Amino acid sequence: MSAHFLSVERLKKVYPGSGRAANPPVFDDLHFSIDRGEFVCIIGHSGCGKTTILNVLAGLEAASGGDVIMDGRELAGPGLDRGVVFQSHALMPWMTVLGNVAFAVKSKWPGWSGRQIAAHAGEYLEMVGLGPALHKKPAELSGGMKQRVGIARAFAIQPKMLLLDEPFGALDALTRGTIQDELLKIVLATRQTVFMITHDVDEALLLADRILLMSDGPHARIAEIVAVTMARSRTRSDIHHDPQYYRIRNHLIDFLVNRSNTYAGAEADAFHDPQHPPVVCPGLDDAGLPIGSAEDHPSLTGEPA
Amino acid sequence: MPSRLAQQAALISLLVLGLFLGAWQLATQTQEPALLLGSDAEYAALMGKGVEKGNGFPPPAKVGQAFVKYLSHPFYDNGPNDKGIAIQLGYSLGRVGLGFLLATLVALPLGFTIGMSPLLFRALNPFIQVLKPISPLAWMPLALYSLKDAAVSGIFVIFICSVWPMLINTAFGVASVRRDWLDVARTLEVDPLRRAWLVILPAAAPTIVTGMRISMGIAWLVIVAAEMLVGGTGIGYFVWNEWNNLALPNVIFAVLMIGMAGMVLDLLFGWLQKLVTYRE
Repeated sequence: MSAHFLSVERLKKVYPGSGRAANPPVFDDLHFSIDRGEFVCIIGHSGCGKTTILNVLAGLEAASGGDVIMDGRELAGPGLDRGVVFQSHALMPWMTVLGNVAFAVKSKWPGWSGRQIAAHAGEYLEMVGLGPALHKKPAELSGGMKQRVGIARAFAIQPKMLLLDEPFGALDALTRGTIQDELLKIVLATRQTVFMITHDVDEALLLADRILLMSDGPHARIAEIVAVTMARSRTRSDIHHDPQYYRIRNHLIDFLVNRSNTYAGAEADAFHDPQHPPVVCPGLDDAGLPIGSAEDHPSLTGEPA
Repeated sequence: MPSRLAQQAALISLLVLGLFLGAWQLATQTQEPALLLGSDAEYAALMGKGVEKGNGFPPPAKVGQAFVKYLSHPFYDNGPNDKGIAIQLGYSLGRVGLGFLLATLVALPLGFTIGMSPLLFRALNPFIQVLKPISPLAWMPLALYSLKDAAVSGIFVIFICSVWPMLINTAFGVASVRRDWLDVARTLEVDPLRRAWLVILPAAAPTIVTGMRISMGIAWLVIVAAEMLVGGTGIGYFVWNEWNNLALPNVIFAVLMIGMAGMVLDLLFGWLQKLVTYRE
């Protein structure tokens, strides 16, 4: 039906209630799609079901209704075609760094020799800058290094899609920045398709091609899809010089602060079609040209992208 | 710093030992002359006094002699009631080892199964809760009647007392493996056997080994009592036999040997525990 790499249709999740009254669904009519090689972030307040969506995509949780189709096939259960980076890194503390990644590699290619597995795992750990720490135990690593191992483990199985559940949430700002840069570099080099949950607007702006904005639960929806209309080669050090940066950022923050709770209930249906959430390009007119940047942001002196 | 702490601790330990031995010596030496002086020697002999083993509570030197005597020939065997201490301990350790091994073979797989299945956990929990607090020796009559063999009954008693802590700890350890690790295994499509060996077992190993350590401690407590009942061989029988001979120095010697052997067993499992414990 659709030519998208991943399409999510009519996705619904209801958690069983504790009493006799049934819980309202966290979300019940969710539609979105991701193209191959695309980096999509999802932002929303706690409780809107972001993690549930990711768990459904990962196959760790079953949806109550709806379909997820990836690469022409309906997803059912977890699989090696998707790599997951967990929020809490989820490394096995009794294995070394290399052992953790090798465990994943061996799962993907059971026929490989030990040397082949170690070489492959080592290559990916080298990629995230952990070459010198191969034989350390996770307990000897800092939080940032642990999350790097988690990323290497997810990349090492060469998945069709990478799923990241707020991977940098527990890290300090400096470490987060460095790892974001590394992730960006690797994703650009491998053309990896990525779906990532974040709470951090700047993180989404740095990494994403498109940002899905979720309204508050229950009955959460994809309220808008924000296209990040900045050059793909953005870096953390120069992204804020792009005139589009503050326009998009303001739009995102305005949504989170003022508008995310207006999509629930029947009145929302009047202006919002959950099957085709509006795609917005903040700061650009219909022709894709910047709308009078000088008047909107007199303080900005950057050139239009 | 730690070495200095160790030195000081060792010094105090020696001091405590010295004080204890001194007090023991003082408490036991005064009676002997007082008792013998006032009474007729023939009468004393008739009453069993003056005979070597009847001298009241033995002083440390007597017990020391027993140590030297038994430890210099630990492996002699002069028939059913006169064997070296190493042989007696060997019998006890053999029984404990065998009973413990059987208990491990039952408790680990069963605990694994129960830990993985909340349904089985609930279904079997009442039985475990009722059977667990039963003193292992209470099984002895049933074991002797149905197994019809004293030696096998001893091993059975060890089995039945070792099985519960291991079973419960294994089930608990397996049931409380972190969800994240299981999720990792699921997303990597790890097959159940590989998951059990490489994820669940190492994750639960510290809890399992703790259960084994508790089991071994109980088994060593129980074997002495069991051997007193069953008789024939073993350190427990040795204690009982020497009590019947009124050879208190030998009893004290055996009691200390029981403590030593128990300590070595516990150290062994402590080392195993250290080996499988991981730091998060």
